[in-house]
Amino acid sequence: MERFTTFTAAACPINQKNLNTDQILPARYLKWTRSMGFGKVLFHDLRFDVEGREKPDFPLNKLAWRNCKIVVTARNFGCGSSREAAVYALYDYGVRCIIAPSFGDIFAGNAVQNGLLTAVVTDNEAAEIMASLTQMPDLPLAIDLERQMIVCGNRIYSFTIDPVRRTRLLNGWDDLAFTENYRDRIRTFKASDQSQRPWAVPRKHL
Amino acid sequence: MQVTQPQTIIDKLWSAHEILRREDGESLLWVDRHYVHEGSFHAFGKLAERGANVAEPTLTFGVADHYVPTRGSRWSIANPEIARMVRQLEENCAKHGVKLFDVNDPDQGIVHVVGPEQGLTLPGLLIVCGDSHTSTHGALGAYAFGIGASEVAHVLMTQTIWQKKPKRMRVRVDGVTAPGIAAKDIMLAVIVRIGADGATGCAVEFTGSAIRALSIEGRLTLCNMSIEAGARCGVVAPDALSFVYLRDRPYAPTGAEFEQAIEAWSRLITDEGAPFDHEVEFDAASIAPIVTWGTSPQDALPIDATVPDPTRQPDAERAQYVHDALDYMGLVPGKKLTDIAIDRVFIGSCTNARIEDLRAAASVMAGRVSKVPGLVSPGSTLVKRQAEDEGLDRIFRDAGLEWAESGCSMCVGINGDLVAPGERCASTTNRNFRGRQGPGARTHLMSPAMVAAAAVTGHLADVRKLLGTRKP
Repeated sequence: MERFTTFTAAACPINQKNLNTDQILPARYLKWTRSMGFGKVLFHDLRFDVEGREKPDFPLNKLAWRNCKIVVTARNFGCGSSREAAVYALYDYGVRCIIAPSFGDIFAGNAVQNGLLTAVVTDNEAAEIMASLTQMPDLPLAIDLERQMIVCGNRIYSFTIDPVRRTRLLNGWDDLAFTENYRDRIRTFKASDQSQRPWAVPRKHL
Repeated sequence: MQVTQPQTIIDKLWSAHEILRREDGESLLWVDRHYVHEGSFHAFGKLAERGANVAEPTLTFGVADHYVPTRGSRWSIANPEIARMVRQLEENCAKHGVKLFDVNDPDQGIVHVVGPEQGLTLPGLLIVCGDSHTSTHGALGAYAFGIGASEVAHVLMTQTIWQKKPKRMRVRVDGVTAPGIAAKDIMLAVIVRIGADGATGCAVEFTGSAIRALSIEGRLTLCNMSIEAGARCGVVAPDALSFVYLRDRPYAPTGAEFEQAIEAWSRLITDEGAPFDHEVEFDAASIAPIVTWGTSPQDALPIDATVPDPTRQPDAERAQYVHDALDYMGLVPGKKLTDIAIDRVFIGSCTNARIEDLRAAASVMAGRVSKVPGLVSPGSTLVKRQAEDEGLDRIFRDAGLEWAESGCSMCVGINGDLVAPGERCASTTNRNFRGRQGPGARTHLMSPAMVAAAAVTGHLADVRKLLGTRKP
């Protein structure tokens, strides 16, 4: 996984609460492999009409935000289905950071596995940043994960992220690398657990 | 004697699986059961990339459910893309020596119905699956949660998962529910009160006399939808009812081992005085049949209410939200919910397609005719067979509904069972998200009995008015 570095980029405000993963990536694309390009179907049914034409009102279709690397949105982004392809769609579109007051737990877990930052700010701060971007669409945001800071014009916001996730993003680590270090602990646990909970193993085997 | 702090069931389940806790607070947890389905292909792909094997194939179980056709041949699947999804799972399971309930297995069904039904899901287990409704399995006292593809790959390779301990929430529902009220109504009432993100970051224990009074099927419905309140998982402490349910299930322990298990399972209760981070209480008697009107499960109201008015919301943002939701749903403010005409019904999904759900719907539908077309997809092939033995299939067919095979079907629509654009569907499923049942589909969530009431009247209806009014 790539290390997360400080960057400045266009940020797209999408002022909707509970934007679930069905909206981020409709289920009919779940058959796709990643090489087919999930980015082009990101937010598909919000972005395109039934004939496949862009909906001009959807923020991602506005000129200033087409090439955004940041999405700013409202509470509970990524709730619903566990589909990791929702994160692939955002990442492959070019998005590297989502700023919101809260995230669906599974989505936030999937994001960190793929180098996508979920930056948590308050409801008011999210609304404020979205308002600034709506007023000044070309205003870029600077994201500094090391210092947990968002620079928006002359305002600086701090954001929160779980410290473990922050470290992982900064180093580009993946879980497996960590787990490798604990092979022996896992083996020991398994042996003692099986003697304590013999009933936990499925009775009928292949 | 050692004095131990009182613990919640959540703490007990957690510590029983904690292999280690790092200084930064992340714990490595042992996984007792890992369920995979057609959508797990990304994860198997990651294994292939690394040339890795499944660490514990005997703790891993595959179920074909998301893409399987419910109509037409299941031996020779007509749609090549869907056939490929099903075949891919077969190949991955065969390659790694993982038991698969494949599309034509007599025990096939929706993974969250099959797990409990087969006795694979047991109290005290930690269960994961690459599906958000894995929370379902908590109904039997398991710690069960949905994960993404990268985590699925990690579990396949190590049988463990990294997690940070969630906060603990207790939802207590005391009292007696009125006739016609189902577990679905209780859970929708909870979601309305706490919101679609009300339990984010929390593991939720459901407790209280109304929860104790629920059947295992009802508890499965309840825990299933805990994810719709954002919960990491939902859990109901196992009790005598759970033990009776599990005895003699194919994969459950037997004989002395079962007795030993019951002893361990009986300790899976929240100790007196154990602390929770959040507590919410409900009076079961005040819960009415509930239907959703909008595009989130929290957009729900008692059936005797009217469609909300955007101009009467507390703030502009909420007004805009209601306006947009009504626009998508094709509803006008102030209309009585019972005046909303429907185009079709769907009875199915991991939420509400178990035998008790089918019985509840059939009892309303018996001797009546559905005014709209509809599909009934049992939660598993075993449920289907049992329903047929009980003659429930005839009730649905005689009413004019289609009786189909088991799968995720019209809950998520990826097997081709779709609600047409603009069509309004009364559905026993879990998500009324925009486009969930198909692009432009309008979904109203409700209990199986309420869906049956909607079917026979042609509009959203109060099932209580149909109870006991049947012509002889």
